[in-house]
Amino acid sequence: MNLLDVSHVSKRFGGLTANEDVSFTVDKGQIVGLIGPNGAGKTTLFNCVAGYFPPSSGTIMLDGQNIAGLSPEACARAGVARTFQIARTFSSMTACENVMTAAMLITRSVSHARASAMRWLAFANLEHFADKPAASMTISEQRRLAVARALAIQPRILLLDEVMAGLNPSEVKQAVDVVLKIRDQGISSLIVEHVLEGIMPIADKIIVLDRGRKIADGTPRQVSSDPQVISAYLGDA
Amino acid sequence: MITTTRMKAVAISLVCLAAALVIPAVVQSASYLNLAILVLMAAQLGVSWNIVGGYAGQVSLGHAAFYGLGAYCSTLMLVKFGVNPWIGVLCGGLLAAILSVGFGWSCFRLKGHYFAMATIAVAELVQIWFTEWEYGGAAVGLYVPMDRTGWLWMNFATKLPYYWLALGLLLITLAVNWWIERSYIGYYLRAIKDEPDAARSIGVNIARYKQIALSISAFFTAIGGSLYAQKELYIDPNSVLSTALSIKMALVSILGGVGTLFGPVIGSVVLTTIEELTRTVFGGTGRGTDTIIYATLIIVIAVFYPTGVVGWWRNILRRRVLNTASNTADSEQSSSQVAGAAAVKGGQV
Ligand SMILES: Nc1ncnc2c1ncn2[C@@H]1O[C@H](COP(=O)(O)OP(=O)(O)OP(=O)(O)O)[C@@H](O)[C@H]1O
Ligand SMILES: [Mg+2]
Repeated sequence: MNLLDVSHVSKRFGGLTANEDVSFTVDKGQIVGLIGPNGAGKTTLFNCVAGYFPPSSGTIMLDGQNIAGLSPEACARAGVARTFQIARTFSSMTACENVMTAAMLITRSVSHARASAMRWLAFANLEHFADKPAASMTISEQRRLAVARALAIQPRILLLDEVMAGLNPSEVKQAVDVVLKIRDQGISSLIVEHVLEGIMPIADKIIVLDRGRKIADGTPRQVSSDPQVISAYLGDA
Repeated sequence: MITTTRMKAVAISLVCLAAALVIPAVVQSASYLNLAILVLMAAQLGVSWNIVGGYAGQVSLGHAAFYGLGAYCSTLMLVKFGVNPWIGVLCGGLLAAILSVGFGWSCFRLKGHYFAMATIAVAELVQIWFTEWEYGGAAVGLYVPMDRTGWLWMNFATKLPYYWLALGLLLITLAVNWWIERSYIGYYLRAIKDEPDAARSIGVNIARYKQIALSISAFFTAIGGSLYAQKELYIDPNSVLSTALSIKMALVSILGGVGTLFGPVIGSVVLTTIEELTRTVFGGTGRGTDTIIYATLIIVIAVFYPTGVVGWWRNILRRRVLNTASNTADSEQSSSQVAGAAAVKGGQV
């Protein structure tokens, strides 16, 4: 059975249709890329899956449970973790405290949460930043911190919104390494990304959105030779 | 370095506690003892306010409603039914904690300045209601009878016992704050203040935790109100329910440093002393002077010291550490990173 099954999801803001009848699936342990031009509705779709917007219609099944319309915190408990387009780290806290706060969904004990946080910081290659104020970290570090924080709730699926945007090539490689390690943990990832060099080589499947509609769904090779996708991207450029 | 600063903090706290314990023995003048009691009582209110206003970042300007509820609850129970004030005080705290759910329900749906304005409105409504409420003394107020004195009835002819009551209540409130700060609730409150949307993404029910913070805060604020009633022996809507009082609770905390354990205590020492000094200089309780002081302080804090006395002091310490650090390259790197992160953040917002 599919881990995540998004079916016929539409999201309208007044007269504007940000997502229209979008369906796709994510299997356990898969890396799925969600791409499309600016304003295609990628973040809106994320917000529907993570509980930030109730979809106007359609169902979102996570492991057989319909999570469409649940609150963000209920989605988090159900196993959906996410990052944001801007990192949104807790700026009054250290890196370790950021991740600890997330680990507290699993354990209310502060010392257990700290131990768990240190493991996730090491996972994201941030262990030597543990006691640094999050606000003093670079953008690349803050993005990985946001990923470590999302992982600390022990999700079944992780939604990453443009974690590679604006990074230099070596930082992109670090981010890619982290995503591959996430798959090795058996956690599925749904990744919105404009940096196609980052996502294309590692994705099991690519979904392309354009003006709210899904226009392609397949392996990176299939999608990149799809004429509709090419014209959507060229038309955008 | 972290452990030495922590040891210093513990040492300073112990010195302050020792000072608080010997003050009554040293201070002979009744007016200075009264000033010390006022400092302790205002500090306790600031510490209570700080739970929801500081840690959780929900700036309430309506806390006088809880203060008044506490004062009226214990006083009415004593006057009308002869209930022992110790019980009345607890009931007042519980009543405020319960009614704070309605307060939160009506205000938490708003954010930032709108939240603050809604809290003022709710507190004003409460004040108007008490001003009209005949059974509760209306605008005339209520007197606490002096027929039964002593510790059993929390009623004394001298000031000194009130000093111990105020100190004890402050210490209990600080202990609860300390526990919250260290527990998962403290982390959740800071997360809600920093990034509410991100807090939700890690499973924090932000409505629930804001309300928990508000209820605990209301409980201790109400107990402070009851203590005021027992000390002054007279309450009316103006003295225990006014918006100026709400502003003072917030200001004590903001002046000292929001979201810090001892910030409100420092803020109270500064603010209460200034208040009493101007009162002796300008004479009487010129009601305008309080407001002028509050307004001036708010402007000074907002412009020069947005993190309060505690933040200002930490800044000085940090600069000293950076200056004496042998590895100057390291500090340069970290400060340029701060600048870089700030620049990027500014660009994205
Ligand atoms: N809360 C909202 N209210 C109204 N319209 C919205 C809202 N959020 C998004 N939209 C609109 O929905 C459309 C899709 O936006 P969305 O942010 O999902 O695009 P995106 O694919 O993430 O774009 P980008 O690549 O720029 O991040 C846009 O036209 C946007 O203006
Ligand atoms: Mg987007």
